[in-house]
Amino acid sequence: MESYYVLLNLLIPIILLVLGYLIGTLLEKRHFESLRDREKKLLDTPVVTFDELDPATNPDFAYFQRTEFAQGSVVVSVDYFKQFLAGLRNIFGGRVSSYETLIDRARREAVLRLKESVPGANGIANMRIETATLSGSGLGAVEVYAYGTALYESALTCATDSGQTM
Amino acid sequence: MEKTVILSTLQTIPGRTIREHYGLVSGSTIRAKHVGRDFAAGLKNIFGGELKGYTELLQESRSEATERMIAQAEQMGANAIVNIRYATSAVAPGAAELFAYGTAVFTE
Repeated sequence: MESYYVLLNLLIPIILLVLGYLIGTLLEKRHFESLRDREKKLLDTPVVTFDELDPATNPDFAYFQRTEFAQGSVVVSVDYFKQFLAGLRNIFGGRVSSYETLIDRARREAVLRLKESVPGANGIANMRIETATLSGSGLGAVEVYAYGTALYESALTCATDSGQTM
Repeated sequence: MEKTVILSTLQTIPGRTIREHYGLVSGSTIRAKHVGRDFAAGLKNIFGGELKGYTELLQESRSEATERMIAQAEQMGANAIVNIRYATSAVAPGAAELFAYGTAVFTE
């Protein structure tokens, strides 16, 4: 009976590792594919991190009539297998590549959601990215919040109108 | 659309002139995790991927912080908040603080 418990204690993490690896890899691959697709569609909406919008200093921006606050956020977690890998990596130090993909996915998704939230916009100025880790309970999750100001050429005041005219 | 305070991450609002400057406004909220959501998130954590419950939770909290900032600006008589920034910090295990701040102005 006791050996059964020992076996079970070993088996559960191994099953979780295998499941995490297989399903996690598949989900990540799909996510990256969807990210690439959606990024291609939204290429014509430029996102910049500066805010030189004063017509006196930057005449390019003089024609923007309306602005709107826009945001996008996402919480992404790593799978069990990658968490395990990162744990091993902690012993020797060095690049934790399993977490690099996590951060990459989260940032790109957040910026995409920011862009998708303002379909009729000509561009987004002064974009900022905020990253937070969710503490406690051993979650390997990060939250990324992207926010900025959407710029519109038209002076329409109704957000849904601009969405339809695009 | 109802008349609301204009929010902007820019220093100015295109097509408008800043007439009056009311100074800093801020709003913050501290949110703890939900047990049910935490359980679901723990399961989800095996496979990785988006934790929708948390995305929503943080989004709600952030809009609450924003609402508080807006309320403060309205009290001052402002009709816009410019140069808005957000900050997030983990104050206690399982709780996050979401902080929004900006400059309240009156524009025409």
